Amino acid sequence: MIEVERLSKQFVVRRGRFRRERVVVDAVNEISFRVERGELLGYLGPNGAGKSTTIKMLTGILVPSGGRVSVAGLDPSKRRIELAKRIGAMFGQRIQLWWDLPLIDSFELLRHIYKVPADRYRQSLARFREVLDLDSFLHTPVRQLSLGQRIRGELTASMLHEPELLFLDEPTIGLDVVAKQRVRDFLIEINRERGVTVLLTTHDLGDIERLCKRLLVIDHGSLIWDGGIDELKERYGAERMLIVDLEQPVPPLQIEGAVVEKVDGPRQWLRFRGPAADLTARVASSARLVDLQIAEPDIEEIVRRIYSVPGT
Amino acid sequence: MRLDWEIAKRGWRRYAAYPWATAAGVFTNTVFGFIQAYILLAVFHHRRHVGDYDAADSVTYVWLAQALIMTVYAFGWQELALRIRDGSIATDLARPLDPQRYWLAFDLGRAPYHFIFRGVLPFVVGALVFRLNYPSPGDAAAFVASVSLAVVVSLGFRFLYNSSAFWLIDIRGVMIVALSLSLFFSGMVMPLTFFPSWLADIAHVLPFASIMQVPIDVWLGKHHGLGLLGVLALQLWWALVLLGLGRLALSRGTRKLVIQGG
Amino acid sequence: MVEPVLVWRRLVGAQIRSQFQYRVSFVLDMLGNFLISFIDFLAVLVLFHNTTRLGVWSVREVAFLYAMSSISFALTDLLVGHFDQFPQKIRDGTFDILLVRPRSTLFQVIGSDFQMRRLGKAIQGALVLGYVISSLAIPWDVGRVAMLVVMVPSAIVIFASVWTVGSCLAFWTTDGGEFTNAFTYGGNFLAQYPIDIFSTWLRRFLAYIVPLAFVCYFPALYILDKPDPLGLPRLLQFSSPLVALLGVGVGGLAWRFAVRHYRSAGG
Repeated sequence: MIEVERLSKQFVVRRGRFRRERVVVDAVNEISFRVERGELLGYLGPNGAGKSTTIKMLTGILVPSGGRVSVAGLDPSKRRIELAKRIGAMFGQRIQLWWDLPLIDSFELLRHIYKVPADRYRQSLARFREVLDLDSFLHTPVRQLSLGQRIRGELTASMLHEPELLFLDEPTIGLDVVAKQRVRDFLIEINRERGVTVLLTTHDLGDIERLCKRLLVIDHGSLIWDGGIDELKERYGAERMLIVDLEQPVPPLQIEGAVVEKVDGPRQWLRFRGPAADLTARVASSARLVDLQIAEPDIEEIVRRIYSVPGT
Repeated sequence: MRLDWEIAKRGWRRYAAYPWATAAGVFTNTVFGFIQAYILLAVFHHRRHVGDYDAADSVTYVWLAQALIMTVYAFGWQELALRIRDGSIATDLARPLDPQRYWLAFDLGRAPYHFIFRGVLPFVVGALVFRLNYPSPGDAAAFVASVSLAVVVSLGFRFLYNSSAFWLIDIRGVMIVALSLSLFFSGMVMPLTFFPSWLADIAHVLPFASIMQVPIDVWLGKHHGLGLLGVLALQLWWALVLLGLGRLALSRGTRKLVIQGG
Repeated sequence: MVEPVLVWRRLVGAQIRSQFQYRVSFVLDMLGNFLISFIDFLAVLVLFHNTTRLGVWSVREVAFLYAMSSISFALTDLLVGHFDQFPQKIRDGTFDILLVRPRSTLFQVIGSDFQMRRLGKAIQGALVLGYVISSLAIPWDVGRVAMLVVMVPSAIVIFASVWTVGSCLAFWTTDGGEFTNAFTYGGNFLAQYPIDIFSTWLRRFLAYIVPLAFVCYFPALYILDKPDPLGLPRLLQFSSPLVALLGVGVGGLAWRFAVRHYRSAGG
């Protein structure tokens, strides 16, 4: 579905206040990856890492400086309009619906823009109305919708023309827990049932944990991870945290095989590797324990570790 | 074609969604109509004609101008520039729809709404209080055509100065200059008929007269036969020129956007 | 009474500082404002190309009215802001934030739209005024100079009161922000022309109901030593400050009434 080979993008930026020297910035630096049809993957990276630049090159909005890119068999920057009919895009922070008009108006206009046949449109819309529960606000002007409702509307809008590939940029941003759940369930369903390929850009690690089996991580323009979530956890997630609640506050415990990361009154956080039983015994013998828990590293922690390891 | 109709409908609805704003606008237009009418009438205390306008022509001008202000959207318009600036233009370009075609269709849907709901009422108020001049049926039909062309000329101009956003971070400066020129030389601030001849000559070389002065002159019956066809053709010409320049700016701007990013 | 002013000063200070950050665009903005206001003056000049008198006023005398109303309008615009953002604030709920703060809502709204660029119009008015004063034979004396000085603050207060009342209408409409335009720009337009060119009902309206005639017309009659073409009592020419005080009362009442209604209606 997507084939990217040594893709690069350089920008010429004018820095400095007076002399305005031209500086060449490598926004994206020779990244390569493949995405098969029907995958649902996450695309992570700190801000400024080159995520949106990559997406723009994949959708034809930006012309690459080097390398090769092919989306649905087309060269995006050359066949942009044609590609546009086969992909859908949704930007969580940007509104593509018509602000002043009822939601249904946006849908119908998009239908005409994409020339979707009337019966297919009706079927599609009926499906979305059911799954995303749109009926209660279908005729409300977009400006009066809550964030959750708007996001559901945007998702529908990006999919009305039945694209094969979906680019989602922060689709759950700002949503409450229930709404996030609903959106995630929806994405799983369309991926599984309709075989829509989904590339999800997000900072929300809950999204990633629930949705993505595969993760692309980009940092400083280079791809630093391309693989499954579980492998990621294995490689970088070997360390766990033992959280102990002691009877009273004591100075940081000195235990072999563990490093105290944080102390908050009677509670201490110990980072360790390997089996927890030994460590627990050693802690118990050096202080009076009230309670303890073991925390698995979450994706955020793991990703942070990837970013912080130099030369990855 | 169907698509254009659908877009036009949205243009209408987008403004019809705010009836209070329209009502407020009617009020404002009416107030200004009265003020302007008295000011111009004061000139006619001392003479009977200014150019080929008499007092009734001038007062009719004032009320028609108020009716047309929103129809031709004489004031600043930044929607396209804002979309370019915040990057939404990328979404627009990712759709199989030409932006200029979209905005033209949208505006052609909006203009009838403003003509009917913001134009008619102030004019009626003016007609009740003052003695106005009315067109012959032929001139009335020509007026409708002329106003339609004026809307296109105005959209062409607005699209053009909005597209400067591809190159400038803030188009406020461009917009102020564009507005100053268009407000003054379209005849909105003062009928071009009142201008000293050297200034009127400049005005007639610019496209702005086609936005307001020309349609009003058509209503007032100042053009006949070939002359009438001539001014309509002039409007058409400016519409095509401005739209053409807008397309050029759009393609250049788009190219800059896809190569350099925004 | 001092406390709301302090609030206003703080709000304004913050805005000045942030607008000063972008010095180039600040200057350009001001030039732009200057240019757009100048168009209005060009309109006056064009008018006088076709007549020597407007009512009983010569071009320089009308220019005097224009200059004074421009300066006053610009300063009011600067100090008080437009109120046209105000209905939007009601719509999206930000007005509630003002109500929650232990401060005068009126002064918060007034201080929230301080745009330095509006000085462009004032500068333009001042230039016209300079030209007019140097070319008109005004019989200056202490009284007239005092009037010239007092005119401006009185005008500012009168303008501000009119705008306040106008914007209170916004409380009752959903998107009526544009109503304020009739009061702000309409008010300016009305103040810059001599009222003897208007019809009787409008003249009376401007003298007794929405007292814009006291912004420029009446004081100007005194300064320029013109006999009133309408033959109204001389006292009116000195009454601007009094009218301004009345305006403060009416404006403040209108505002308080509107806010109370807003709060009881649940916003």
